[in-house]
Amino acid sequence: MSFGEDTWEMCLFNVKDGFLEGVVRGYKQGLLSTADYNNLCQCETLEDIKLYLTGTDYGPFLANEPSPMHTTSLVDACTRKLVADWRYLRENAGEPLGRFLDYCTYGHMIDNVVLIVTGTLHERDVQELLEKCNPLGMFDAIASLAVAQNMRDLYRLVLVDTPLAPYFSDNLTSEDLDEMNIEVMRNTLYKAYLDDFAAFVHRVGGTTGEVMGELLSFEADRRALNITLNSIGTELTRDDRRKLYANFGLLYPHGQAELAVAEDFDQIRAAMEKCPPYQAIFSRLGLGETQMLDKILYEEEVRQLINTYEQQFHYGVFYAYMRLREQEIRNIMWIAECVAQDQKSRVQDGIVFTF
Amino acid sequence: MKALILGTVAMLGLPSLLLLLYLLNVDLQYLFFLVRNISPYFWSALGISLCVGLSIIGAAWGIFITGSSLVGAAIREPRITSKNLISIIFCEAVAIYGVIVAIILQTKVEAVKHNPDGSYGLAAANAGYAILGAGSVTGWANLACGLSVGIVGSSAALSDAANSTLFVKILVVEIFASALGLFGVIIGIIMAGNANFTAQG
Repeated sequence: MSFGEDTWEMCLFNVKDGFLEGVVRGYKQGLLSTADYNNLCQCETLEDIKLYLTGTDYGPFLANEPSPMHTTSLVDACTRKLVADWRYLRENAGEPLGRFLDYCTYGHMIDNVVLIVTGTLHERDVQELLEKCNPLGMFDAIASLAVAQNMRDLYRLVLVDTPLAPYFSDNLTSEDLDEMNIEVMRNTLYKAYLDDFAAFVHRVGGTTGEVMGELLSFEADRRALNITLNSIGTELTRDDRRKLYANFGLLYPHGQAELAVAEDFDQIRAAMEKCPPYQAIFSRLGLGETQMLDKILYEEEVRQLINTYEQQFHYGVFYAYMRLREQEIRNIMWIAECVAQDQKSRVQDGIVFTF
Repeated sequence: MKALILGTVAMLGLPSLLLLLYLLNVDLQYLFFLVRNISPYFWSALGISLCVGLSIIGAAWGIFITGSSLVGAAIREPRITSKNLISIIFCEAVAIYGVIVAIILQTKVEAVKHNPDGSYGLAAANAGYAILGAGSVTGWANLACGLSVGIVGSSAALSDAANSTLFVKILVVEIFASALGLFGVIIGIIMAGNANFTAQG
C-alpha cells in the first residue's frame, strides 16, 4: 500500500471500528495459554476441568452446569461463550465490518446445511440435527431444510433466501444437485464461498485485504490438499477434483494442476514442496507419515492467526479470534475426552498450543 | 506513488498557471496589483482562523482515535483508563497551543489607515503576511501533531491492556510526537514577533 493510503486508513479506521477492535483484543487476551493447558492436562476428572475453566473467561458459562459433567456439555458451554462474544461484536458492528463478520460465518452455514440434508436422507429427527448444528451458522429457515424432498426443492424453498444462494446458482443446475455426492456439493459450495470472501476482502482493501488475503489463501491451499488426500482412490475424476479447488492461493494455478493429477501421498508431497512455505511445513513431517499432517497444518494456521494481532486497524483480528477460539474448544474437547476415557498419555498429541 | 504524483503536480501547478496566463497575454501586472491590494486584515483574519481551526481539527481527530480504542480495551482491563488519559491530554494540549497562538496573533492586529489609492503601507502589509504565515504554520503543525499523538495513543491503549509494562515505553514515542506541536508554536511566535501594523519607516 502506498504511503498515503496507509496513513488515511490509520486516521479513519477508528471512526467505526475502533471500539470493537479494542473489545476483540480483550477477548483474545482471555484465550488459554500454555500454562493453562498444562494445568488442564494434570486434571484427573471432568469436574477438575470444569473447576479450572471456571477461573478463566469461561466462568459465567460453566457456572450453572449440573454436576455429572459430560464432554458434550462442557464443549457446548464453551461454544456458548464464543457465540455470545460473536453476537456482541455483530450487533455493535457498522459496515463493512458487519458484512465481514457475516462472511466469516458462512462456512459454518454450509456445514449446517450439509449436516441437515445428510441427516434427513438418513431419516434422523430434525430436532436432534438442529442441536448438532454449529450455532454460528444458523439462519432463520434452517428447520425447513428437512422438509425438502429433493435438491431442487431444497434450493427453491429454503436456500434461495439465505446468503448461500449465490454459491448454488453459479455452477450447479438442478440436475447436478440431484446426482451429486453430498461431499462434492459441500466442497463446491465452499469453493464458491472462498472465492467470494476473497473478492470481498480485496474490495475492502488496505491492510484488511493483505492480512485476510494471506489467511484465505492458506485456507484455500489447505482445502485443496485435503480434497486431494481424501479423493485418492475414489471415483472422483481429475477434472472434477480440479473444479473443487479455489481460484486463488499460492497453489493457483500450477500447483493445483499438479495436485489434480497426483495419485498418492508422495506425488502430493512433491507437488506441495515446490512452494517454499509449504516445503517448510512438509519438512517437519517425517518420510511416509500422514497422521501428523493435520496437526502441523493446525499449528501453521494458529501461527498465522496470532500474527494478525501484530498489526492494528484491520479486520483480520476478528476472523482470527473466531478461529483461535474454535481451536481452543477443539483442544478442550480433546483433553476432556482423554480424561473421560482414561487415556491421559495421549493428551499431548492432540493439543495445538496457541501461546 | 499517488502522493508523489500529487506533490509534483501541486509544485508545478502554480508556476505553470502563471506561465499559461503570461502566454495568453493576461495582464499579470494587474493581477499582482489585485493581490497586493487585498487588505492585510483579510490575511490576518485568515491566519488566525487557520491557527485555531486546524489545531482543533487535529486535537479532535487525535482524541477520537485514541478514545475509541481506549473505551473498547477498557471493557476487559479497566485499570488502563487512568494512565491512558495522558494520551488524551497530549491531544488536548494541541488545541490549547492553537488558542494561545491565536490570542497572541490577535493582539498584534491594529487599525491603520490606508493610502489614498487603496493600498496599505509596507509595515501593515508585512504584518498581514506575517500573521497569515504564523497562523498557518501553527495550524498545520498542530494538525499533524494531533493525528500522530492520536494514532500512537490508540496503540498505547491496546498494548497496555495486553501487557502493562509496555505503556511507559510507548509514552516516550508519544512525547516525541507531541513535540511537533511545540515546534509549530515556536515558529509561529517568532514569525509573528516582528509583525507590527503601526511601525514607521
